[in-house]
Amino acid sequence: MSDKRGDSDHAVTVRNVYKNYGDVEALQDLSLDFPRGQLTSLLGPSGCGKTTLLKIIAGLLPATSGEVTVNDQPVTGPGPDRAFVFQDFALLPWANVLRNVAFGLELRGVSRSERESIAEKYIADVGLTGFENSYPHELSGGMRQRVGLARALSVDSQVLLMDEPFSAVDEQTRRKFQEDLLNLVKHENKTFIFVTHSIEEAVYVSDQVAILLPRPSRVSEVIRPEGFRHKDVNSIRRDPEYLDIVDRIWSSLRTYVE
Amino acid sequence: MKVFGYQLPGMSSLILWGVLWEIAGRLEITFFLPPLSAIFATLLEIGTTKVFLKALADTGYAFFFGAFSAIAIGIPVGILMGKSRLLDELLLPWVNMFLSAPLTALVPVLMVLFGFGMQAIIITTALFAIWIIVLNSRAGVMQINRSLVEMARSFGASQKDAFLKVYFWAALPEILGGVRIGFIRAVKGVIIGQLLISIVGFGALFELYSSNFLMKHFWAVLIVLFTIAFAIAEFLAHLERKVEYYAARR
Repeated sequence: MSDKRGDSDHAVTVRNVYKNYGDVEALQDLSLDFPRGQLTSLLGPSGCGKTTLLKIIAGLLPATSGEVTVNDQPVTGPGPDRAFVFQDFALLPWANVLRNVAFGLELRGVSRSERESIAEKYIADVGLTGFENSYPHELSGGMRQRVGLARALSVDSQVLLMDEPFSAVDEQTRRKFQEDLLNLVKHENKTFIFVTHSIEEAVYVSDQVAILLPRPSRVSEVIRPEGFRHKDVNSIRRDPEYLDIVDRIWSSLRTYVE
Repeated sequence: MKVFGYQLPGMSSLILWGVLWEIAGRLEITFFLPPLSAIFATLLEIGTTKVFLKALADTGYAFFFGAFSAIAIGIPVGILMGKSRLLDELLLPWVNMFLSAPLTALVPVLMVLFGFGMQAIIITTALFAIWIIVLNSRAGVMQINRSLVEMARSFGASQKDAFLKVYFWAALPEILGGVRIGFIRAVKGVIIGQLLISIVGFGALFELYSSNFLMKHFWAVLIVLFTIAFAIAEFLAHLERKVEYYAARR
């Protein structure tokens, strides 16, 4: 218990993971490390198994073989060390924002007053103050995802798993989200695993981009954009290294796009 | 609905049919159809008699016990069937069979099993109501958004919490739809039970009035029954509309 965080620099490791659906090999001998406190993107064309990998790490899907560890503990199912942000938000439509944000804590048996005060803090953090009593259908897509994010943050897990979290929100909101995410990575001492199919998004937000190729899925390349990571968020998209990496990833992926 | 630019109040069609009924009754086309006003007069007359109130109480008792046991058993069974493939495979053929089976034909068997009393009537009522409640609850659970289920799992929900805090609420619009239809079927069930098993309650009144050709009395009881069934169905439909806003957004 005393050393819950583990010794290694890797919050999550994936070792020789295979995943078969019947005869279909979704993941083949996949190994990847996720450095602690950083954001790693899983990037690839659709059908490359990036969401499958994320759900195996989450403990929502069992791997056919291989090992996944979180803080050096093997993953056997979902656990409090990981929190999930869903592509379609997965909010309770019958519950207001406050209850939705506090729902992770509610399931963990935290008392009502305590979980609501924690939820209030994260509602403020994601900029939804004043919407505590609104229902999901009264919110825009971007606001709903803020609720999903606040829910994942409020359980204070060390690893945040995000499954294409911004794909269902409009482009402007998406850019704002990406900037907020950079701040989050900087200030919250958490490890982020981020699934996306957008090359620009992956390069923009990531400390490390793992490129997955399909049929069967494997990691083809790991890229670490370093030069512009500490620059101002507004100048990243003009940075030559950013543009180079985007170009490089596109040229290696384009053969897989029809 | 609008007619010639006027907004008609709800249930205007009932007024139209009521007027037609009154006219047909006064024309004395058939003894089967006395004027509506005479029926209401009879209703006021018998509505306060001990016999009528006793019948209402008997029928209400059997109805509510039957309908509520159908809900109490039907909803959990339906939810479990929706969640467990095994249970579903085992039970679904039976549920479908009983849903379409002529349950009236089963009533004599129930009489052999449970006697001629209130118990058999309650069971008949429940049998009429339960199958659609099971099927709708099952359908409600089966269409729950996958990511809601994964959300509950990923935040470590216990089985009990997942049921009470996610599955039940996510399936609620369908469950309420099932309960509404189940209640309407229970009205049928309780009357059939009271006609066939032991002649009590409204069943006895129907029997008494129709065999003596007291059509005004017969219709009066039927109108009371219709009003009660309609009120219950409308109340449940109102609840359904309250949760409908999220039915499309799960």
